Amino acid sequence: MASWIPLWLHKLGSPPTFYRFAGALQPWAMALALLLGAIGLYGGLVLAPADYQQADAYRIIFIHVPSAWMSMFIYAVMGVASFVALVWRIKLAEVVAMESAPIGAAFTFITLVTGSLWGKPMWGTWWTWDARLTSELVLLFLFLGVIGLYHAFEDRRQGARAAAFLAIIGIINVPIVHFSVNWWNTLHQGSTVNVFGQSKISADMLWPLLTMTLATKFYYLASLFSRARTDLLALEGGKDWVRKIAEDEASR
Amino acid sequence: MNALQQFLAMGGYAAYVWPAYALFFAVLLADTLAPRLRRRRVLAELRARLARQSARQERKPLSTPASP
Amino acid sequence: MMNRPSLASACAAMLRRDLTLAWRRRGDIAMPVLYALIVTMLFPFALGPEDTLLQRIAGGVVLVTVLLAMLLALDAMFASDIEDGSLEQLVLAPQPLALMLGMKILAHWLATALPLIVIAPLMAAMLHLPGVVIPVLLLALVLATPLLSLLGAVLVALTAGTRRSGMLLALMLLPLCVPAVIFAAGAVAAAQQGLPWLAPVAWLAAALVLAVVLAPLACAAALRIALDA
Repeated sequence: MASWIPLWLHKLGSPPTFYRFAGALQPWAMALALLLGAIGLYGGLVLAPADYQQADAYRIIFIHVPSAWMSMFIYAVMGVASFVALVWRIKLAEVVAMESAPIGAAFTFITLVTGSLWGKPMWGTWWTWDARLTSELVLLFLFLGVIGLYHAFEDRRQGARAAAFLAIIGIINVPIVHFSVNWWNTLHQGSTVNVFGQSKISADMLWPLLTMTLATKFYYLASLFSRARTDLLALEGGKDWVRKIAEDEASR
Repeated sequence: MNALQQFLAMGGYAAYVWPAYALFFAVLLADTLAPRLRRRRVLAELRARLARQSARQERKPLSTPASP
Repeated sequence: MMNRPSLASACAAMLRRDLTLAWRRRGDIAMPVLYALIVTMLFPFALGPEDTLLQRIAGGVVLVTVLLAMLLALDAMFASDIEDGSLEQLVLAPQPLALMLGMKILAHWLATALPLIVIAPLMAAMLHLPGVVIPVLLLALVLATPLLSLLGAVLVALTAGTRRSGMLLALMLLPLCVPAVIFAAGAVAAAQQGLPWLAPVAWLAAALVLAVVLAPLACAAALRIALDA
């Protein structure tokens, strides 16, 4: 292990320490996510005025846009964790990368469905082959590919390393897909959709949006912690610290 | 009451807005519950394995004639 | 290890071995070709025989059919070598693994993609693609099929340690092959409309050069991950 990594970070990488650390933080992250989510949704659904062009349909953006940002953010986290997992072979990085994938897939799925629910009244179509939409769809397939590859292996850690490799290939692929679909749109003169219009977003709409973005970030943290804890229990099944947890929970 | 109805109507876009929000919460709820269920299963399996192991260890001394 | 053979002769031996093995299973080579012909034949029945409609979709249909036919054969790229353990020997061999895998990919491309390229004009003619476009279609195929073989090889190597699952391979390959399909079909469509088609072909060629350099290395790394227990 490289010497520049501070000792506390090194310690945090050990499964039992991380298990306790994540267990202590998880309820707080979830509480913050729920609180910020409640504030953001109240601001977005009740306080913010209706848009003069899109009326009330625009209120879908308070979940659509944060989900879209999360789908990319989680893919980036998964890519970085995959890189760390492959280069330094840290078990915790493998866990973080593999447990991020289902959450990322969930957010990508939400983005796609809420996007088409927004698009139908606004552009009159559920789906259009725009670069942004297509990239998001490709992102969903990448997440599903990572999850599928991870579960195809008998050995969990080997599966995690193979899937981490796929995640890194995918990170190179997304910009290429975006570029190629953009090029394809100019060729076919397809329906280019201006998602945000020309109007600048007003402050009444901006603060709920940003609050929701923060809420989804904390939700990701909470979900990741709870998934990583479960995964560590499954991975370290034979170790003493896990045995103790199993016995403690049975006696309760 | 009228204000609530107006809020729920979403200016005529209720059929798009509310399913979007319902899906958002349904997917995230499933995502929250999945690790909890898995955790329970993992620990139950582990306890079963430990029980089998300790049962085997108790049986071993019995097979030797010296044990009571 | 006495008298280590030179790198070039090792490459030639690998290529010869794989091509000989492929030739012994000639029936397997014919399968993707037959599949592509059958799929192409179904399109006129499904869409109706109007020339203009078939002409419009011909380029895309041929490309997607060739892609699917290659996907069908991709699964078998390393399968027999994993079964008889020769792939693990290759990993331990003194020759650079990436280069040897590159030869295997080349052999696989020669055995599966080349026959498909040869019958591509026939498929295009079945859909009434204008004759002047066929050279562009062939050029696009010559550039796009090795790209798919190289990308597919990386993914096949990643799944080497698992029980074979063709659906997973398709799921993983789909996002990667979208740009290749777009540019290849774009070149054909541009040629059909009388527009300049050099730009998409150049993009394909650039991607191919990049893949030729990087994919064997990635394939070797993936194989090391998937085989190490």
